[in-house]
This record gives sequence, structure tokens and C-alpha cells, in this order.
Amino acid sequence: MTYSLETAEHPERLRRVAIDPVSRVEGHGKVTILLDEHNKVHQVRLHIVEFRGFEKFIQGRPYWEVPVMVQRLCGICPVSHHLAASKAMDIIVGAKKLTPTAEKLRRLMHYGQMLQSHALHFFHLCSPDLLFGFDSDVTRRNIVGVAAEHPEIAKRGVLLRKFGQEVIRITSGKRIHGTGAVPGGMNKSLTIAERDELLKDIYQIVAWSRDAVHLIQKVHIQDPGLYNSFGIFRSNFMSIVGHNGDLDFYHGSLRARDDNGKIIFDGVDYQQYDKYIEEEVKPWTYMKFPFFRSLGKEHGWYKVGPLARIQNCTQISTPFAEHERKEFVDYAGGSPMHAPLAYHWTRMIEMLHAAEEIKNLLHDDDLLGSDLMVKGERQMEGVGVIEAPRGTLFHHYRVDENDVVTMANLIVSTTNNNQAMNEAVRHVAKRYLHGREVTEGLLNHIEVAIRAFDPCLSCATHALGKMPLQVELVDVEGQQVHALSRS
Amino acid sequence: MSAPVVVFAVGNPSRGDDAIGPELCGRLEKWLKNEGLEDQVELIEDFQLQIEHVLDLQGRQLALFIDAGENTVAPYTFKQIAPATGIAHTTHELPPEAVLQVYLQTEACQPPPSFVLCVSGEKFELGEPLTATASNHVEAAFALLTQLCRHASLAEWNRVLVQ
Repeated sequence: MTYSLETAEHPERLRRVAIDPVSRVEGHGKVTILLDEHNKVHQVRLHIVEFRGFEKFIQGRPYWEVPVMVQRLCGICPVSHHLAASKAMDIIVGAKKLTPTAEKLRRLMHYGQMLQSHALHFFHLCSPDLLFGFDSDVTRRNIVGVAAEHPEIAKRGVLLRKFGQEVIRITSGKRIHGTGAVPGGMNKSLTIAERDELLKDIYQIVAWSRDAVHLIQKVHIQDPGLYNSFGIFRSNFMSIVGHNGDLDFYHGSLRARDDNGKIIFDGVDYQQYDKYIEEEVKPWTYMKFPFFRSLGKEHGWYKVGPLARIQNCTQISTPFAEHERKEFVDYAGGSPMHAPLAYHWTRMIEMLHAAEEIKNLLHDDDLLGSDLMVKGERQMEGVGVIEAPRGTLFHHYRVDENDVVTMANLIVSTTNNNQAMNEAVRHVAKRYLHGREVTEGLLNHIEVAIRAFDPCLSCATHALGKMPLQVELVDVEGQQVHALSRS
Repeated sequence: MSAPVVVFAVGNPSRGDDAIGPELCGRLEKWLKNEGLEDQVELIEDFQLQIEHVLDLQGRQLALFIDAGENTVAPYTFKQIAPATGIAHTTHELPPEAVLQVYLQTEACQPPPSFVLCVSGEKFELGEPLTATASNHVEAAFALLTQLCRHASLAEWNRVLVQ
């Protein structure tokens, strides 16, 4: 766990390669690589080029608006922000424990979100790299290429994502900008017709999710030289875990382990998160770098998300996913797996767990109940934490006596993975670019490492013409000597 | 039975001129209701186009994609599009042509005739309202939209193309 390659000693003497923005990730990102005249790598940084400003945007708004407003942070995982904000506002309205119906409805919504997001990422963001290879023809290394050569896989991806979106629509009331969760509970339950509509397809969804785990497991095991080592670095890891250490995406306490799997802290109430986690600001990026206070910023950074969660939990409560977790742990050989490409395998185990949980919930009559709201003694401050598809998501608010938000602090999943993503990029750059000519295929290796974390780098703005991909090589004098562009 | 025409309106309403798509969607929804045409046109608003939108193309006679554009011709362009490979470098915001191509590959038949209405925007900052310029472009685009919905046929849409 080092900071090597973060800052070169004499950057003014080096050649600069920029991948701007990183393709196939949410929002805008930029990677800069400084090379010397022998193409040796001296500095690699993943920059976040757009300032969110969302915490300021929320201040001054009534607290009950926040769970709806924050969905506009992200077009890919609005439900995660909706639920994290709702959990924080539950604390504000004194709702210490929701009714069984409200909590199960929220869980159903959240599992639908995990399912659709993981399906989108695997089938449509990463399968081109995994099915065609990192160096394959760039013109077919995309979802259109996957659809052409593997139409059944592409179709399953479409239908898995569609099912997850339907779960969200039914539980939140709308396809986007839903209002299902409110401070203290939910504003609607399921009708029998809505439940039956989802039940009709869920067994197929579970079966396809199992197939997806087996597909990525096979891809991984067939090429251990690549998959066990590509971009590898060791780090601490963190997630929330549920009752008895179960994998739980919706609620639990904070647990962190070191790179050998030894517990750093466990059972931490996330209302106290800021006593355990601190955020560092660096001058070259808008994104903060969180770290564990007890270990300091140099050794205390960590990774979150599927690879952390699957190895941080003690067990999984659903049988198919638990079987696959054990297979993964056995393959890792008894110590934590740190290879970034193992994110894909663990992500599919999580998708299977989400599908199984949806199946279980759809057989629970509590979903049809009418007891939806609780409230208690009004509080001035609340923290909501959830395991979003990309990792642990913190929403922290203070609300004044006029019900107006006076402070908001968000640590989004990708921020938690900031240092980890930088490390992965550095290791790949050193391994694949060092001393070699830069080609599009080599640059895609950098992007493959970033995509493994499923980063969400910005809010959803995707106007036509806004996201070209440009790669620039700049010489020692700052003159552009070569440029590639995809749009 | 799905409506013969589907309109996708794309954009984030909290992001300045990225709200052009949702703004037009909201206006069109009211207008269709007033005109009694809501059974003829289905509106789908989303942050960005995604893979599952191919399912919304099933059984349609015409499809229209509305989105804001940056550095595009003002006030708008209106053109017919075809399925295309190799133009999508990101799956998080599939261009309309890639949605049509995935339809072609997964449904094993041609998608419905499809058009893009790209309305020019200027600023896309968080928390900002539509710019005055974009509002003017929305007015112009809305006039075209009502014309398209009143006369929803391939021949008529091809007659009013604006490149």
C-alpha cells in the first residue's frame, strides 16, 4: 500500500498521455500518464474533472424533499441515493425502526436496483472486454458487438436489467424520479397484481443470474494468469454487514478488514462513521480520498463494492449465492482475493443474491400490508448508509428547527474506491505501458482496470455530443504529437 | 396495445440545458391530452438511453428520440437515423443509433423508422435552469413536435427533416 507513481519528481521533463474522458464509465474522468523519452512510466493519476456541488445544492431545502432530489445525482443508481437519504431522514423524524412492510418494500426496491445495475455493468459495460479480449478490434468491443456475436447473452442482459427496472417502477411508483421511500417509511405497498406480475418472471431471473455467475467464473478460471494478477494491489476493505455478519445491502453495521483479512473494526454504528473515517483533499482532483483514522492516510485507504462485500461478510443468507461465495473463497485459497478483475465474479454473486432475495420477498405477505409509516422524537442530525451497487454510500445531514437542511456530506461509493482505483491504474500502467509504444489496445487496459470498479464519476448529463473520447500524446515541450478520438 | 408512436425524451432536469428533453416531454404530455392524442403517442422520459429501451420500440410505427445537444446546430436538427455499429464508445449513454442496432440484433428484425430531434443547448451545470437561448430553442422545437404528432406518418416526417 504505497503512493508510488502518484507524483513524478520532474514532471516538466516528461511526456503526457491523456485518456479523456474514460469511456464506458458514468460521467467524466481523465487519466494522465507521464512518460519519459524511453516510454517509462513516472506518474499516473485518475482525475475527476467535474465538481459535483450537490452537497451545496441540497442546503436550504426542506428535509422531506431530499430523498427525491438526490435521485438526480445519478442516472444509473438513483435508488441508492433515494434510500440512503431516506434512511438519514428516518433518523431526523425519529423513526428508529420501520414497520415490517416499509422495510421489506425498501429492500425489494434496493434489490431491484442491485440486479439492474449489476446486469448493466456486466453484460453491457464489461462483457465486450471479457468476451473479445482487451486488445480486440475497438469497433466491435462494445455492446453492439456483443449483440452481434452473442445475441442470447445480450438479450439476457436486456431482460435482467428490464426486470430490475420493473421492480423499481412498481415499488417507487415511477420508472424514474420515484417517490416510494419517505422519511419514516414508504408511501405505497404492493398490490396483489403487482406482486404477481413480478412473480411470473422471478424464477427465470434467478436461473439466468446463476448462469451469469458460472459464465464469469469460467472466464476467470480459464485464464488465472491474467485474472488473478491484472492491476493487482493489496488494500484494506470495508462494507456494512447485517445480522450475524450476513451479506446485507440495505442495513447493518460497519466492518473493516486489513489486506490479510484481519478485522480492523466491526459492529460500528454508522451514525459514528466520522469517528472512523476521514477524507483527504488533494490539489490535483476534486474527488476526496477517504481513509481509516486509526491507520492514517498512507495506510488507511481501502476498497469497497462487490469484491469487498463478498469477502467481508461471514455468510450469505440465500442458498445459491452462498454456494457461489464458498466457491469463490475456496478459489482464493483462504486469504483475501485482491485482483480487480475478481470484482466481476463477486458482482455476479451479488446479482444472484439480489435475485434470490427478490424471490423470497415476493412470497412474503408483508409486502401487501398497509402499515407503512412510523415517527418519533424529532432529531437534528442523521446518517443514512447503504451498500449501493458500487459500494458503501454515506449520506449525512443536519436539519434546523425550521426543517431546512443546513449541512450535507455525501461519501459516494466511487469516492470510497478513489485511492484503490488509482492504485489499479498505476499497476496496469507500470505492467503494460512501461517501455512500450502506446497503442489504443494498451490504453484500453487502463480503462479495463477502472471499469472493474464500476465507477460513477459524475452526475448524469449525457447530451448528444458531450462525451467524445480523446487520447492525446504530448511531448516534453507540451506539443501534441499524436491524438486519437472516438465519438 | 402500444401506441403507434413512441417518443423518448432524454436528459437530467437538474442540469441546466440537459433539461431540454424533460421540458419538451412535459409540454407534449399536456398538449397530447388536450388534443385527445394520448393513445397515439407514448412518452418515455429518462436520464439517458439504455439497453432496455429496445423493448419500448416493439410494435411501433415510428420512434422519435429527443435530446439536448452541445455544439449542435441551433435551434434544432431533425433527422432520420438508422441502426449503426461502431459509433458507441460508452454503454452508459447509448446513442439512438446503437439502440436501434441492438434492437436489430436481439429482435432479428428492422426497428421502426426512427428520428432524432436534437435541440441545441449551451450550459449543463448542476442546479442551473434552462438558459434563455435554450428556452427559445425549446419553443421552436415544440412547434415542430406538435406538427409531428398531428401528422404522424413516415412520409410527413421525412418531408420536414431539418439537418
